[in-house]
Amino acid sequence: MTEAYIYDAARTPRGKGRPDGSLHEVTALALSARLLNAVKERNGLEGHAVEDVIWGNVTQVKEQGGCLARSAVLASDLDESIPGLSINRFCASGMEAVNLAANQIRGGAGQGYIAGGVEMMGRVAMGSDGAAIAVDPSLAMKTYFVPQGISADIIATEYGFSREECDALAVESQRRAAEAWQDDRFAKSIVPVIDQNGLTILERDEYMRPGTSTEDLGKLKASFKEMGEIMPGFDQVAMLKYPHLDHIDHVHHAGNSSGIVDGAAAILLGSKEFGEAHGLKPRARIRSTAKIGTDPTIMLTGPVPVTEKILADSGMSIGDIDLFEVNEAFAAVVLRFMQAFQVDPARVNVNGGAIAMGHPLGATGAIIIGTLLDELERQDKQVGLATLCIASGMGAATIIERV
Amino acid sequence: MTDFTMKKDADGVAIITWDVPGKSMNVLSLDGAAELDKLIDGALADDAVKGIVITSGKKDFAAGMDLNVIAGMKDNGGAQGVFDGVMTLHHLLRKIERAGMDPKTLKGGKPIASALPGTALGIGLELPLATHRIFAADNAKAKIGLPEIMVGIFPGGGGTTRLVRKLGAMAAAPFLLEGKLNPPAKAKAAGLVDEVVADPVAAAREWVLNAGDDDLVKPWDKKGYKMPGGEPYHPAGFMTFVGASAMVHGKTKGVYPAAKALLSAVYEGAMVPFDQALRIEARWFTNVLMNPSSTAMIRSLFINKEALEKGANRPEAPDQTVKKVGILGAGMMGAGIAYVSAKAGIEVVLIDAKQDAADKGKSYSEGLMDKAISRKKATEDQKTELLGRILATTDYAALDGCDLIVEAVFEDPGIKAEVTKKAEAVIPQDAIFATNTSTLPISDLARASARPEQFIGIHFFSPVDKMLLVEIIKGRETGPRAVAKALDFVRQIRKTPIVVNDARFFYANRCIIPYINEGIRMVAEGVNPVLIENAAKMLGMPLGPLQLVDETSIDLGVKIAKATKAAMGDAYPDGAVDEVLFWMADLGRLGRKSNAGFYAYDDKGKRQGLWDGLEAQYPEAQEQPELTEIQHRLMFAQSLEAVRALEEGVLEDIREGDVGAILGWGFAPWAGGPFGWLDILGATRAVEICDGLTERHGARFETPGLLRELAEKHQTFYGRFAAQPKAA
Repeated sequence: MTEAYIYDAARTPRGKGRPDGSLHEVTALALSARLLNAVKERNGLEGHAVEDVIWGNVTQVKEQGGCLARSAVLASDLDESIPGLSINRFCASGMEAVNLAANQIRGGAGQGYIAGGVEMMGRVAMGSDGAAIAVDPSLAMKTYFVPQGISADIIATEYGFSREECDALAVESQRRAAEAWQDDRFAKSIVPVIDQNGLTILERDEYMRPGTSTEDLGKLKASFKEMGEIMPGFDQVAMLKYPHLDHIDHVHHAGNSSGIVDGAAAILLGSKEFGEAHGLKPRARIRSTAKIGTDPTIMLTGPVPVTEKILADSGMSIGDIDLFEVNEAFAAVVLRFMQAFQVDPARVNVNGGAIAMGHPLGATGAIIIGTLLDELERQDKQVGLATLCIASGMGAATIIERV
Repeated sequence: MTDFTMKKDADGVAIITWDVPGKSMNVLSLDGAAELDKLIDGALADDAVKGIVITSGKKDFAAGMDLNVIAGMKDNGGAQGVFDGVMTLHHLLRKIERAGMDPKTLKGGKPIASALPGTALGIGLELPLATHRIFAADNAKAKIGLPEIMVGIFPGGGGTTRLVRKLGAMAAAPFLLEGKLNPPAKAKAAGLVDEVVADPVAAAREWVLNAGDDDLVKPWDKKGYKMPGGEPYHPAGFMTFVGASAMVHGKTKGVYPAAKALLSAVYEGAMVPFDQALRIEARWFTNVLMNPSSTAMIRSLFINKEALEKGANRPEAPDQTVKKVGILGAGMMGAGIAYVSAKAGIEVVLIDAKQDAADKGKSYSEGLMDKAISRKKATEDQKTELLGRILATTDYAALDGCDLIVEAVFEDPGIKAEVTKKAEAVIPQDAIFATNTSTLPISDLARASARPEQFIGIHFFSPVDKMLLVEIIKGRETGPRAVAKALDFVRQIRKTPIVVNDARFFYANRCIIPYINEGIRMVAEGVNPVLIENAAKMLGMPLGPLQLVDETSIDLGVKIAKATKAAMGDAYPDGAVDEVLFWMADLGRLGRKSNAGFYAYDDKGKRQGLWDGLEAQYPEAQEQPELTEIQHRLMFAQSLEAVRALEEGVLEDIREGDVGAILGWGFAPWAGGPFGWLDILGATRAVEICDGLTERHGARFETPGLLRELAEKHQTFYGRFAAQPKAA
């Protein structure tokens, strides 16, 4: 079988996803095109250099609609002979783009791909594309639909994570992210966002709150308590699904949940021949990919079964993995992962995660693969696993191995 | 027979009058709809007719659809039959709504108004909603609304689609999802009707003569119509719809198919043009009618409940209307019975041993009336009048002239015997004597009576003013006139009666006690009590067994257990239950009344979570049973007892068993009662489950012979035992 290699990983800094965020003035199209241009320039991709651009994006309406992937290719300096594919697997869209590209290379369908994604959460509101699972009563009731924050609180209740433990994880995420930026550990990946004149708009992640303490977080109000307990009362729905619970612990809040941000990421993948043809050195190979569907109500426990699957599929055990990236959608998601596999927290999200730096939905899957690779290289370790929980009860994972 | 007649007047207004012969209330049948259809066709085609007013020849407009007819559509034509029947109705109503106007210019239609003299329910409101303007009489007694959801269906005559488009999903929700009924003034404020006037026919006539083309066009038939509050994928509508599913799901625990279908009809209908939305509504309505739950609910909560209230099981006897009732004992039950009696216009003598106790019993009525006045449900005059009917006294001589006695003293055979004798010494020879008891055998109490054929048991549920069921118990010697008297009394106080024979715990308590016991037994086994309570609620039980025993009080449970054990001796099977029950009682945890029971309560008596001391005494077992295992135990504990009551002749009519279970202790209304539930399950499957439960949990789940016989013969309870309903 043909191997799929990562040749480059690039991402924009993440801007606060609100009207005063630095990237709020930038369109999803421009951010995507400028990142694609950076990948083109960094790797000398002329003409029909890649088979496709696979672009993860969750909220595919308005400026992110109409197959943004193809629009981005046409707006960039890439050749018009390169098509574009917009995909949506919610929070794992960026990872699914990478996995799709890798598996097509492995299957012999094309030599090179650019895969990644974008989400301008401050410009195109999450949920503004609708969702039958939330709105159509026939499915909402069949699946015991509750919003993700409630699902995260169910995880905390079911698996016994207190508010304090969740807050501690958030504080650590902030500490690690600040340290990583101080050490310049993201330097290989970060592509500053520039305007049409080449002027810099943003060069660092701006969502972070370095120095956040547990005392600071202790003051925040639980975000999902009211919708859970009072209006419209999602806890009642949750307890129909999990009748052994007599209440839901509402432990998550803005400080221990992922941040709403704008950002994009791209990974250049190719076969061995692709690297040789373009004079590029492979950094890692995609060892294995996996995706699963799981209980849609608790929704966000996917990282556990998908990790079990990817390990089984690739004949590996958890001990074979040196470093982990587990997307910090909510603190309890990461705590649950560490609890299930009894892994050392020092090896999970070494440089912080989405709680500190933000979670641009369509891009995050590609971001954490890049972050994982940078850190494997920095620590000179071999194997890394990245995984995300996914809305509607799914999970995705990728194992990479340095070469 | 004609249900609708039409008269044209000199000004060119055709008045269509709905007046179903031989009924006190109009209900719509398919034949009636066909008649109306013809009249509408005629009036629209007749150049002399300028407009139409639809009204009623009775004091009310209409009570709704004839539910027997709906059941018939299903039996005759299955899903296709129902769907076609409903679509026929939609075509008629849509014809009224479009009224012959040009579909493009929306001009040239004939104005059609409805004039409602009184109550308008179900199709009785859906038909007016299709007309161009609704005039309701200023009649405070009238009720206007769409109560279909209460009997397990939803407004399927366009009411769902029209009301949502008129008011928006959020504003329409209380009327569609809760079946909220309103007097005309409130109905107008809510937008259900357009005008409240003294003479609705005159006002409607006047309006019809002056209406212009634009007055006839419904908002949803105009270009650029936007649903109030937003469609499902409008940002505001989004939250409404997401919230609606969660609220309905949480409240109904997902066991009521009609609520789900209604929401789907609203959601899917909101995204398409009006005529498509009607078709969607018809598909979901058909879906609900084909669900056995709606059949069971209509049967128990509408047809049979009404039949029992109208005296389906009343023996032949002259009118026994109660004029003066003597109530012995002014405690909680006596006070409640006094209130409902006085409210029904019956003269009441309320007796207690001490005058202040009697006065206190009377003041209960005062308190209830004050509350009603503060809620504007009653007036000071009504209060004065009601209290004037109650004489609170210690003097038995005041019972002279009572045609009914309801004895509600302490549950002690000695005291009961004493007051029986004292009362019988004063009351007329032909008076009926009823004893209110929940546990004492009637035939034993009757020994104190000089006239045992005039002695009967009436078991009221607490609180009397709220609970809808009354259980009438025939003692061995109770005669038919006593039964008729009790039934006529129950009818006067507007409650629903069941008549059963005298055996331990009669019917209701006989079924409730095993339900509570099964829950307690599981606690002793180490089943997570949260799981037990939720499992019960997810069956549609209003209270889990542990909450129920907290409400009825744990010391009462202990008392019943001790008495039962004394009566049964070694055969007593509930030792495991008593261990928990007696332990709680010894700790002084007597339930809600002591602010401590299986649940914890705060200082104000508000129930908190389950008491954590339970976990310490009965630690959660490592292996927890499947949810369905718990649910089967809880459901069969009640249902098998109902079957045994039928086998033993305590119950004489399964309709009473089902209606009584729903109204008496809230047995899974979606299933239509225990017999309805067993029929939905199917006897074969029920026997299979019972056999498994018996093997795992013991003889109390042994399949009754009758159930096994039904399984062998492939029969259902209703197939075999249902009396043909006399009334509907």
